Amino acid sequence: MTINFGNPDRPNSYIGRTVPRPNARRLVEGRGRYVDDIVLPRMLHVAFVRSPHGHARILAIDTGAASAVPGVRRVFTGADIAEFCSPWVAVLAHLKGLKSAPQHPLAMERATWTGEAVVAVVADTRAAAEDGAALVEVEYETLPVVTDIRTALDETTPLIHSELGDNLAFRRLHEHGEVDAVFAGAHTVVEASFKTARHTGVCVEPRSILADYNPAEGQMTVYHSTQAPHMMQSVIAQHLDMPEGRVRVICGDVGGSYGIKVHVYPDEMATVAISRAMGRPVKFIADRIESFATDIHARDHEIDARIAVDGDGRILGIDVDDWTGIGPYSVYPRTSAIEGNQVVNLCGGPYDFAAYRARTTVVLQNKAPTCQYRAVGHPIAVAITEGLVDFAAEALGLDPVEMRRRNLIRDDAYPCTSPANMRFEGLSHHASLTKLLELMDYDGLRAEQAALREKGIHRGIGIASFIELTNPSPFMYGIGGARISAQDGCTVRMDPDGSVVAMSGVTEQGQGTEAMLSQIVAEAVGVPVTRVKVVTGDTQTTPYGGGTWASRGAGIGGEAALQAGLALKDSILTVAGSMLQCAPDGLDIVDGQVCDKAGGEARMPLEELGRIVYFRGDTLPKDLPRELVQTRHFITSDYPFAFTNGVQASYLEVDTETGFVKLLKHWCVEDCGRVINPQLVDEQIRGGIVQGLGGALFEECHYDEDGQLLNANMADYLVPMAAEMPDMVIGHVETPTQESLLGAKGAGEAGTAGAPAAVMNAVNDALRPLGGRVTQMPFTPARILASIGVE
Amino acid sequence: MSDIAGFPTKVDISLTVNGERVEARVDVARHLVDFLRLDLGLSGSHAGCEHGVCGACTLQVNGEVVRGCLTLAAQLDGAEVWTVEGLTDTGSLADLQAAFVSRNALQCGFCTPGMLFAAADVLASGKVPSRAEIREHISGNYCRCTGYEAVVDAIETVARSRAGGGEASA
Amino acid sequence: MKAAAAGYVRANDLSHAISLLAASEGQARVLAGGQSLIASLNLRLAGETALIDINGVTELCGIALDGDVLRIGALTRHRELATSDLVARHAPAISQAAPLIAHAAIRNRGTIGGSLAYADPAAELPACMIALDATIVVQGPAGRRGVRATDFFIDLFTTDLGEDEMIVAIEVPACAPGERQVTMELARRSGDYALAGIVLVRRENGARVAFFGVGPTAVLARAAMAVIDREGSPDEAAAVLDQDIQPLDDVHAPASVRLHLARVLLRRALNATLAAEVGHV
Repeated sequence: MTINFGNPDRPNSYIGRTVPRPNARRLVEGRGRYVDDIVLPRMLHVAFVRSPHGHARILAIDTGAASAVPGVRRVFTGADIAEFCSPWVAVLAHLKGLKSAPQHPLAMERATWTGEAVVAVVADTRAAAEDGAALVEVEYETLPVVTDIRTALDETTPLIHSELGDNLAFRRLHEHGEVDAVFAGAHTVVEASFKTARHTGVCVEPRSILADYNPAEGQMTVYHSTQAPHMMQSVIAQHLDMPEGRVRVICGDVGGSYGIKVHVYPDEMATVAISRAMGRPVKFIADRIESFATDIHARDHEIDARIAVDGDGRILGIDVDDWTGIGPYSVYPRTSAIEGNQVVNLCGGPYDFAAYRARTTVVLQNKAPTCQYRAVGHPIAVAITEGLVDFAAEALGLDPVEMRRRNLIRDDAYPCTSPANMRFEGLSHHASLTKLLELMDYDGLRAEQAALREKGIHRGIGIASFIELTNPSPFMYGIGGARISAQDGCTVRMDPDGSVVAMSGVTEQGQGTEAMLSQIVAEAVGVPVTRVKVVTGDTQTTPYGGGTWASRGAGIGGEAALQAGLALKDSILTVAGSMLQCAPDGLDIVDGQVCDKAGGEARMPLEELGRIVYFRGDTLPKDLPRELVQTRHFITSDYPFAFTNGVQASYLEVDTETGFVKLLKHWCVEDCGRVINPQLVDEQIRGGIVQGLGGALFEECHYDEDGQLLNANMADYLVPMAAEMPDMVIGHVETPTQESLLGAKGAGEAGTAGAPAAVMNAVNDALRPLGGRVTQMPFTPARILASIGVE
Repeated sequence: MSDIAGFPTKVDISLTVNGERVEARVDVARHLVDFLRLDLGLSGSHAGCEHGVCGACTLQVNGEVVRGCLTLAAQLDGAEVWTVEGLTDTGSLADLQAAFVSRNALQCGFCTPGMLFAAADVLASGKVPSRAEIREHISGNYCRCTGYEAVVDAIETVARSRAGGGEASA
Repeated sequence: MKAAAAGYVRANDLSHAISLLAASEGQARVLAGGQSLIASLNLRLAGETALIDINGVTELCGIALDGDVLRIGALTRHRELATSDLVARHAPAISQAAPLIAHAAIRNRGTIGGSLAYADPAAELPACMIALDATIVVQGPAGRRGVRATDFFIDLFTTDLGEDEMIVAIEVPACAPGERQVTMELARRSGDYALAGIVLVRRENGARVAFFGVGPTAVLARAAMAVIDREGSPDEAAAVLDQDIQPLDDVHAPASVRLHLARVLLRRALNATLAAEVGHV
């Protein structure tokens, strides 16, 4: 079976078209169903008493006053919860040497970061639970706090978990080629240090879970705002010692996730355990202050790096020393070593060069745990790489575009393997750059920039090429022992009225998964897209799958849907051939009608076929297969990951008196393979860019040396708002993956991957005449002013 | 909470919500979003931060947009409250809702009810605002998904169509 | 994050509000716009407090010109400040400041009296009052008194307001012919509290400059004013600002940056008043 994607006029040509999302109207009418919207009989609410200290021994807990608050039904300490939920250690076998300590839902002997849940108060209302929580008395003995990354391994630094022997969670060194020799002999070596700020996802819907254990059935039903229902099913079953089949995770509308909601959170596990203990539904909706203190953080990296180039600007070698702090525990089950590992995997990714050394050092600290957040590691690796490339270009007097032209992997060089051992099936760096330069009128902008500089206006243009890892195979988690599916499935069913239901293991968090699946299934089966109903987010009714993360929804879930849809079409045509007394392969389905493949003449509507199959099966031959339900699964196997590529540009103005940056415009050309729904892809990229812009300019979790988070509120943790964000121009080059018929790779993280580096290079481009250079994100007025010696 | 003489901790209110008369006895600490969601089952208004910053709870009280989380239900005796459910029923948001859908000006949808109120507010003057004015006006409403451009586009489209296809001011 | 409030009463009129305040013996707070107070209740930062809701007290509403004084009722919303012709004509600094306060939904509810009583050092309106040499009219059981703005703001979130007193109005000297007023700020994002802000009033009898966001209270920049009054250059005025303001380090900016930004604002505001007739917008 092939689809002529090149012909936009082919029958049922939904793939490649902008089709409205079937769930959007519901959401604009206030008819969403987020976890907090679900109310169950006898439902209780939980509030947590959280550690006010970065590191403290718990000496005593007095719950007496809390228990006496009207409406409070029960109070749980760590020991109480431990009876119902076993601890976890977040390590993976393929991340050699990774270590972490056992983590319980509630702190046991020690609290290890400010905000760690210590006591759970369960009450009729959240307000009553908070009243109770305010009265719980916990006696702490404060312990030394580890906050600094670079000194975390010093002999004199106290240990967070003494049983681990040190504060090192993970270290990986990768070396390729003669790095020292290359650097020693290079024409020019440029060094730079970078910092990316610890930031967090700030989903507007906070983390939300409603656990409903029914002792009569031995059944745990969990309504969860999550990206990975099947993973959660497995984790909950394992740690509550239940059969997986007795745990059902239902994921309705999710109010933003971006990687924040793909992890196992101790307070959520406590909520599930409490439901098990009490045999009643228990709801936990994190409030905003809890969200800042306990949602995973990310990107807390400090890097020393250097690049070696020859006199023509050819990159000879890249050498990166990356340090990151991940909080007191590796986060379950994906671990907190992945981000640093990605930095090693991704630095230098777009370029053709010989010698590469990268080391990541992942240390424990008394801050909120970090883990995978949108574009895991990419913004860091891209900033390092593209910063170095620009600095090298500057050192040689080369235009940044010319520098990239000389070094980007040729578009005809694929397949190839990078010095980091990443295998690339097919990328389009040069074509993408060409398209970007056209879209932005690079030469025109340079002329405008020069003219304005004459008037003392400092504008900057920044370019950032990047690669993005999508469609992960089991090489990401499964081989390390995590029960996280890299495979995904889709079941497609035709009902008597000719309508189609598609049940998929990938999930919807707003990116348009359901629209994407509906148009794939509509095209595959041959029905109007409005006749396809997509069901996601229920472990009991959908095929087993991984969910939606790592830009896998379209590439993996989409291919499974396509194959299932095509299989259903075959089944339908088998029946149709029998009914119409002709060969099935002479028939097609177009717009809900069985028709002649050759002439296109309509032969029979699907509802007629449905009527016969479901109600007059007696009229069909006894041995005729009439399976109008088909399931297919898809997993990538040729490549560990489907890499995509792209290039971004930022145009901005720096007020050199105030250090303020005004974003003027942003461009991104992205190659995510087959584009299924152009509008949805563009909006994924725009949204991703703005999250990246947030990292570049605004977002930073400020901890003091005692491990207190100083800006844990919406007013002090700055995320991008409408007024400061630019309009964004998005373009595409399409290099479909050959691994699937669909040819789609992921697009959800590309914007975030490249935007910070583009902004960094643009700011430095603007500051260059003043001798300024910034490499520490976010680029605040203070940092920009300091770089140019003002104030 | 300890009682303070002369200050009741529950008060009676009588108001209209989405055009319907509502009478209730409310805890004085209950904010409007919880009153709507928990007492009236109007789950279209969302609590995103409960300290007045994110805008997800933006709705209309006595004809003005307000933060639902910074309004106590106890204050609303005699008030007229409209939520996204009510304005959907009246059709007064219909063109904005259609534009949000067709421009994909929402992803997860959690901020969307509040965003629609901010959008309706910027269009209330009847003028066609510039993109900068739209951006400024909705900048009290966080959206973490879209990057805002699609939202601005959708509002601009509706502004023009309401004005009969006129051009935006500079 | 559910509010804890220890009681609530709607005041029928001003005397009712004041008698409630007196009766509460410091256990009640006045609820005006509530845009800071309810947030702090939700965050459980406000302690156990009862609320006296003055939103129905009509005596506190209204903006009027009385001779050469603009009288602004305490319950005047930021949105009214931003759109009032009277304010635009007679107190343009306030007119310019009001749209900078948070966002539309906040401005619809937040009041001038509430903002002044809360005394956030980063807020625009306290600095307007100081620069305009306004009088804060407060009333308690003992009666009504006027407090000069420069005497009203004492420390971080601390004012001269007695525990049994509330703000009833603000009296602003009306902008004279030829007077120039300008409010400017540097905020990272639209509607945020500014890293630094300035209100500059140039009157016939001298300049008044107030800064916000650069210390524990809005502050009158007396040293800079003296330089301006002796017709020193903007650079000279900016140079002495370290005598007037001593910002603190915080997560948004180090003290030195806030001082620097205050200097930039002073230069820009002075140049704006020199360059054009900005008093009447």
